[in-house]
Amino acid sequence: MSEMKNIKNLKEFSTSADRFEGANLLCPGCAHSIIVREVLNATNDDLVLSASTGCLEVCTAVYPYTSWDASWIHIGFENGSTAVAGAETMYKALKKKGRLKQPERTPKFVSFAGDGASYDIGFQWISGCMERGHNIMHIVLDNEVYANTGGQRSSSTPIGSSATTSPEGKKSYGEKINKKDMMTIMAAHGIPYAAQVSPNKWKDMVKKIQHGFAVEGPVFINAVSPCTTEWKFDPKDTMHIADLATDSLVFPLYEIINGQELNITYRPKNVVPVEEYLAAQGRFKHLFKDEYKYLIKEWQDRVDEKWAYLQRREEARV
Amino acid sequence: MAKKGWDEFEIGAMLRTFDGKIDNIAATQQEDRAYSQNSSYTASVADWRLIKPVFNKDYCIDCQFCWIYCPDVSIISRDKKLVGVDMDHCKGCGICVEVCPTNPKSLLMFPEQADEESVIANWPKKDEEEA
Ligand SMILES: Cc1ncc(C[n+]2csc(CCOP(=O)(O)OP(=O)(O)O)c2C)c(N)n1
Ligand code: SF4
Ligand code: SF4
Ligand code: SF4
Ligand SMILES: [Mg+2]
Repeated sequence: MSEMKNIKNLKEFSTSADRFEGANLLCPGCAHSIIVREVLNATNDDLVLSASTGCLEVCTAVYPYTSWDASWIHIGFENGSTAVAGAETMYKALKKKGRLKQPERTPKFVSFAGDGASYDIGFQWISGCMERGHNIMHIVLDNEVYANTGGQRSSSTPIGSSATTSPEGKKSYGEKINKKDMMTIMAAHGIPYAAQVSPNKWKDMVKKIQHGFAVEGPVFINAVSPCTTEWKFDPKDTMHIADLATDSLVFPLYEIINGQELNITYRPKNVVPVEEYLAAQGRFKHLFKDEYKYLIKEWQDRVDEKWAYLQRREEARV
Repeated sequence: MAKKGWDEFEIGAMLRTFDGKIDNIAATQQEDRAYSQNSSYTASVADWRLIKPVFNKDYCIDCQFCWIYCPDVSIISRDKKLVGVDMDHCKGCGICVEVCPTNPKSLLMFPEQADEESVIANWPKKDEEEA
């Protein structure tokens, strides 16, 4: 087992040598790369990475350039998780046969994918990885939309959001189906660790990623990734939007251990009304028209209910 | 074309980030790495910017918020101190300025053509800052 990187505070964290590079083609202010940096800097171990098709992959591997300073592979939209699971299986086999040049260096195997690639297109592939028990971490960069192809709805898109395939207009308030609860679905595989994270809470993120690296078996991470282009806010406000997401409890931060034990890891001192979170983003602008205002109340009720549910589960240890 | 076995496949493209052998990249800072021409580190997105961040070290408390939240690895920190902004890789998003907690801020956005020395000389004072 390799040693866990000691990160007591942000100053200490800032001595990390990044293994992700700039001059990639992600939008200014994109949260994908903030998440990636926090994850990669959480360890000093070698890394074997994949990215499924989507903004992160497309923008960091534009021939003849790569923005990755670690082994990195891209194959298709659906199979980033299995690509890394394959590498992990090969690694185990070579180790068993004594054919590794440096068997004491155990890499971390991480698959990055969008919500489209995880909640929809790569769903069964991820499920297979979780079920087979590979020692990998799958991280969803959850911007709640197919951003790379122009903003089509995915099963992560929340109610009332205007997406290109569920646009708001005279007859519609946008997306009508509630966001899929991936955390519960993934935890139901009985995996050792599933957690929801947000880049503004870097310490919570690092703790969870390090825990995920330390356990043996598959790990699922859902990371909220505010998208300046599709959520429609100014690039400078990415962290402000992330703050609103966690502090309104629209994205509660919690973990589920062994598919059972649920812990809430962040309780905002001042809970922000959901309305404030919605008002800060262009994709929800139409909800503030008189005829759709009732949806804001419904939003708040849904968030309150979910928070109560999480608290009940935490208390009951189930 | 020669027939391929089941475990042979056509590699789309393989890029090497570094020239030569690299032993412990996680312990090697950018300036000590031998990047190959395929690393985007060797490219620039400076022409994306209309506005740029300027760093004024006089007020900086080295909290490193700007370092952690910069999406583009463009805040250079070494030995827990903020050194400056990497102007080849900064896209001018302005996040670093938003998250800077000092008053006045230690980072502010200015038009790309602004002269750094003169904006630092005319840096806003504490009471000029909005609350
Ligand atoms: C099998 C397949 N279907 C569709 C596409 C087109 N496609 C490329 S990226 C993308 C959207 C990715 O969305 P998501 O996974 O949420 O990542 P994001 O870009 O939002 O980060 C789509 C639909 C593809 N490349 N392959
Ligand atoms: S569209 Fe959104 S997710 Fe994609 S690069 Fe731009 S900000 Fe990032
Ligand atoms: S403006 Fe954006 S890209 Fe440039 S240094 Fe600040 S946070 Fe980084
Ligand atoms: S956020 Fe401001 S005070 Fe903190 S290190 Fe950066 S420039 Fe200095
Ligand atoms: Mg997406």
